[in-house]
Amino acid sequence: MTGTTTGPTTGPPPRPVTPGPGLRGPAADGPSRRGTEFFLLLVAVLLSVSGYLTVGLTLHGTPPPDTLRYAAGLGALALLAHGAVRLTAPYADPLLLPIAVLLNGMGLVLIHRLDQETPHDQAAGSQLVWSTAGAALFILVVLLVRDHRVLRRYTFLSVAAALTLMVLPVFFPPVNGARIWIRFGGFSFQPAEFAKVLLAVFFAGHLAAGLAVLRDSGRKVWGVRLPTGRALGPVAAVWLLSVGVLVLERDLGTSLLFFGLFVVMLYVATGWTGWITVGLLLAGAGAWAVGRLEPHVHARVTDWLHPLASIEAGEGSSQLAQSLFAFASGGLFGTGLGAGHSVLIGFAAKSDFILATAGEELGWAGLAALFVLYGLLVERGFRCGLALEDPFGRLLATGLASIVALQVFVIAGGVTGLIPLTGMAMPFLAQGGSSVVTNWVIVALLIRLSDSARRQAPALAEADR
Amino acid sequence: MTRCIRRAGVLCLLLLLALLVHTARLQLFTGAELTDSSANRRTAITRYAQPRGEILVDGRPVTGSRDTGELLRYERTYTDGPLYAPVTGYASQQYGTTLLEAAEDGVLSGTDPGLAPLPLWNDLTGGRSPGGKVATTIKAAVQKAAYEGLAGRKGAVAALEPVSGRVLALVSSPSYDPGRLSGTGPAAAGAWQQLTRAADEPMLNRAIRQTYPPGSAFKVVTAAAALDAGTVTDPDAPTRSPDPYTLPGSEKQLSNEVEGCADASLRYAFQWSCNTVFAGLGVRVGLDGMVAAAERFGFNDRGLRIPSRVAPSTFATGMDEAQLALSSIGQYDTRATPLQMASVAAAVAAGGSVRPPRLVEGTTTGSGSPVWTGGPPGYRQVMNPGTASVLRQLMRDVVEDGTGTNAAIEGAEVGGKTGTAQHGVGNAGVPYAWFISWARDEEAIEPAVAVAVVVEDEEARREAISGGGTAAPIARAVMEAALGR
Repeated sequence: MTGTTTGPTTGPPPRPVTPGPGLRGPAADGPSRRGTEFFLLLVAVLLSVSGYLTVGLTLHGTPPPDTLRYAAGLGALALLAHGAVRLTAPYADPLLLPIAVLLNGMGLVLIHRLDQETPHDQAAGSQLVWSTAGAALFILVVLLVRDHRVLRRYTFLSVAAALTLMVLPVFFPPVNGARIWIRFGGFSFQPAEFAKVLLAVFFAGHLAAGLAVLRDSGRKVWGVRLPTGRALGPVAAVWLLSVGVLVLERDLGTSLLFFGLFVVMLYVATGWTGWITVGLLLAGAGAWAVGRLEPHVHARVTDWLHPLASIEAGEGSSQLAQSLFAFASGGLFGTGLGAGHSVLIGFAAKSDFILATAGEELGWAGLAALFVLYGLLVERGFRCGLALEDPFGRLLATGLASIVALQVFVIAGGVTGLIPLTGMAMPFLAQGGSSVVTNWVIVALLIRLSDSARRQAPALAEADR
Repeated sequence: MTRCIRRAGVLCLLLLLALLVHTARLQLFTGAELTDSSANRRTAITRYAQPRGEILVDGRPVTGSRDTGELLRYERTYTDGPLYAPVTGYASQQYGTTLLEAAEDGVLSGTDPGLAPLPLWNDLTGGRSPGGKVATTIKAAVQKAAYEGLAGRKGAVAALEPVSGRVLALVSSPSYDPGRLSGTGPAAAGAWQQLTRAADEPMLNRAIRQTYPPGSAFKVVTAAAALDAGTVTDPDAPTRSPDPYTLPGSEKQLSNEVEGCADASLRYAFQWSCNTVFAGLGVRVGLDGMVAAAERFGFNDRGLRIPSRVAPSTFATGMDEAQLALSSIGQYDTRATPLQMASVAAAVAAGGSVRPPRLVEGTTTGSGSPVWTGGPPGYRQVMNPGTASVLRQLMRDVVEDGTGTNAAIEGAEVGGKTGTAQHGVGNAGVPYAWFISWARDEEAIEPAVAVAVVVEDEEARREAISGGGTAAPIARAVMEAALGR
């Protein structure tokens, strides 16, 4: 590619597909591993169902009356998704789908468990509906997007849609201090959840198209190549965007996630370590300024620094304090499902604070298992980014894996007091339709990318350097 | 690009590793500021998740538990709340615990390690034993007799089994129903407000937590000190006492309400309660001798627990002779709980040596296997056996033909001492009526009961309130109950 085409394009990919044992050809190497996936899915469903049974036995002494319905629902969901993968992405990574099913299943167990404490606020049913919708979308994405490179055509459309989605909540009334919801009828969703996938597609497309410019242009000062204004423009734009989100919607978490995502992808695309420094500085400055100016964000920071201060002041305990109490009482093996009191967290116990229930009832051992599952998901995403040879695919895989890692870190770090608390959904675990659906789409895209990666001849995997 | 993806991947996995390390620190090395925080309700939830163990009187529970179905699930109930309130105390989800409910909380709430089937069992399983039972030494009949005897008048009764130190009755009046404080709701808060602000202080445990000037009832201690010190060798010999008695180093004169106290014998002075004689005897025994005698009886003991904490009864240790003279007739800074005065009577009845009073017979697990049995703590020699036998005779005289004839019981040997204690500025308050006594069935070897009654009734006319007139009949009823009549 030369300097004639600099921006993202909607035309055919500028880099021709490598000929030879191509993406659509029959697999030249290795088994498909669908059997492994099926077996792991079975394990995931069984683990979830046994969790569901444990809740009922602990709290009521009998198995929950709808255990069969739950088992059948989760099983059918897993089976259909497995069928779609077997049909159209037979060489996909066999770990991705079982991890998604297990996390989603455990999420349903935890929400069902908390439902037992809040008879007037039942969430597990609608979460199962959303999970089904998510799985349906997963199947749809796997069936329709047969080649991830098709997505490059929608780079502009993606960013336009993402921006629209993110601006929309400003016109809706704030919920608990944050304007991140859109409500109509009985439904509500967080558009930022969808926006993050669209943004990953946009970043991947934009950066893959402008790779040469980003890498090679710009003046050298003291041996360090500075980026040109043209390359820097989108960076500034995204930074402004994330700060805008923060100020207008008071959503520190999403802002952090977007910015982190962009910095990681920019770094991977250009290979310039300076981006990380610049990114961290800008993010730090932005967060500091907003932390000073926005009372909502400022309160979160104060609460993070002194989670027990409100108790000592006689003003009752903050949610963060209650969350910390829950984690602390879990110990190594936890109280067992159904035997904890994480419901004391109150508001958002099933969504933002769902991890506290896992921490209290499954203990550190259970949390470690969850983090390892997320770690595997992330690692598989990066591995697929390494194995792919087209820059767009590599960037997209990296971006999607980073989204999962960053989101887990931001919310899990928040509820455990590692970093200031920002409202975000724990991927797959937390109550929230938009979140669970989006995560299914992320896994669907990773399935597609990993299928492409494993179809390539091993010799070509490292071709693009 | 490959290298960068790898680095980004490592960075992301490092973030997850940071979470693992942080949660390990949070969950496995938890600080006490989280587990013990007042806002962490888990401790309370676990505590009230099971019925509280029972407190037994005569082998029957006087407590219970009510399943509220709420977060703090079980609430304390009491079968005869006002009657046993000075024994049980309250166990409130909001206001903590008092008396036996506090002293035996480990057994009742199930945290006592002795309840577990194996050592460290609960620490390992993270569980909690079912609440254990606490058997008291209280006799229901004696307790009821005392409660009915006071009949709502302000006052208190303490009764002991003299030789063993078992507390047979602890009554404080007016009383309250501790069950009203059990829960967390507005009802409990309202009851707390009302009870803590009530003018007649129904939650004050007058039997062990309130001290009164013992007045003439203290003359038992002074007589014992005089006999032990050899100040008086023959109870029937004149004591060389003037009437009126001029307090040493002052112009003030002490007089008597009865005739014939000048140069009276110890027996006469005890029988008719001559202030002049005992004031003089106290001074002649001297400060050190009086303090030593009072402390042998249990005064100035700041650590007494039965196991409920008992307010210390006091006999001042630094006084001039005038103050010592007044202290020797139970005035000035001399103050005693009803339980302490019951111990004084018990020491005489038991022959000069006593065991510390105790309220708990033993504790068991919920299913009845023993956790702790109230073993006999050591005897304490209060006075010489000879002194005790003289005092027994003196106290019998008071009941047979003296100020305490209202306490006589047919078929039983009864000894007693009245007291009418002045108090208030310039002694203007309505006096407290005291009666301390003991009783032995004529058929029995050992005395069955020692009792102390105090009545402080501001409604009564000043002249009507007296140890013999107001308090002695209550003591008789209590002793009759203890003797099984």
